[in-house]
Amino acid sequence: MTHPPYLYPPYKSTVLRAPAQEPVMPKLGPDSVELTAPVFGHQELGRRDHDLTVQHSGEPLGERIIVTGRLLDSAGRPVRDALVEVWQANAAGRYAHLGDIHPAPLDPNFTGAGRCLTDDDGRYRFVTIKPGAYPWGNHHNAWRPAHIHFSVFGTAFTQRLVTQMYFPGDPLFAFDPIFQSIPEQRDREKLISRFDMDTTVPEWALGYQWDIVLGDTPVEAQ
Amino acid sequence: MNAASPLTPSQTVGPFFGYALPYDAGPEIVPAWRPDAIRVRGRVLDGAGEPVPDALVEIWQPDETGEVHRRPGGLVRDGNDFAGFGRCGTDPDGGYWFSTVKPGATGDAAPYIAVLVFARGLLKPVFTRLYFPEDDAAHAGDPLLGVVPAERRATLVAEREGERRYRFDIHLQGERETVFLGF
Repeated sequence: MTHPPYLYPPYKSTVLRAPAQEPVMPKLGPDSVELTAPVFGHQELGRRDHDLTVQHSGEPLGERIIVTGRLLDSAGRPVRDALVEVWQANAAGRYAHLGDIHPAPLDPNFTGAGRCLTDDDGRYRFVTIKPGAYPWGNHHNAWRPAHIHFSVFGTAFTQRLVTQMYFPGDPLFAFDPIFQSIPEQRDREKLISRFDMDTTVPEWALGYQWDIVLGDTPVEAQ
Repeated sequence: MNAASPLTPSQTVGPFFGYALPYDAGPEIVPAWRPDAIRVRGRVLDGAGEPVPDALVEIWQPDETGEVHRRPGGLVRDGNDFAGFGRCGTDPDGGYWFSTVKPGATGDAAPYIAVLVFARGLLKPVFTRLYFPEDDAAHAGDPLLGVVPAERRATLVAEREGERRYRFDIHLQGERETVFLGF
């Protein structure tokens, strides 16, 4: 199975939230509504939505990066005009969220939320800063590896996917129950972006490539 | 098996999406003042019956004639236009709401709204459907309700709370666990 199970006790919040009953499949599978998805348009997005470094009056602190890749279906075809949303902690590992009580500084020049539509090649592209690792209360000395949250739409509502993109070589992978909840190592590695010199812009920003491949559904038992 | 699966695995939405994913117009698929607007509200609850204050509920539906609209308008609402997509983050009490229209039936299915829930602690989302109590007669022949054990069927049917008002609680776990779909 590519996806994590619902119940993964090392990630404590799953214990009371994981459904215990077997999922039910309608007789004919998903129907015509579930096999379509909302369509989003460029006019619904702001001009700066894809660049998380220019949403305030000054430049955010941290290492400026470019994150780009293609949204594909399981046959390798580009998913075009799809809405991709991202959110992340700042360079110090702090989210601009009231619930984040990690004693690391907020950055007045960084909110950490962005969105874009994929182009004809299925490509998305964000400019941002590299997020920091941060502690969380799951267990003693629990730290999340640096990550960017991604939310994507496919062409069917059943393809809806929310996931996290990680950075190569992070020493925290082995200790993170959310990353480890994915049963197979080879599948975990699909969430790790690749440093790419060709995406890197001289004198300006490091580049990372990360493709996203949608199945028919993120729940499917395979 | 699955050695060559190219699929990108799911990860939890986590607790900190609140400043990024919800948007003001998200729950208001049609303005509440429209005479044909319905209001759906409910709570997302965990296995102990406690509210889930950090869930994100999304809905997707056809219009009142059963037509699925394939045009923009789900993020920025345009007057009377209908886009069929809604999103609402839960409040501290686990509550969510939508103002929408009652969808028309499509194919053999009784009218329903597709519902998707993300939350901290859900490593992948849960899909379900919200059916309407007044469509009792159509439920018997519905391709999903027909395969759901009778004692769990009620978890998919909203309660009528008043004229054009419905309540649909989503139990992630526990005795009244909502029926979730295998996709």
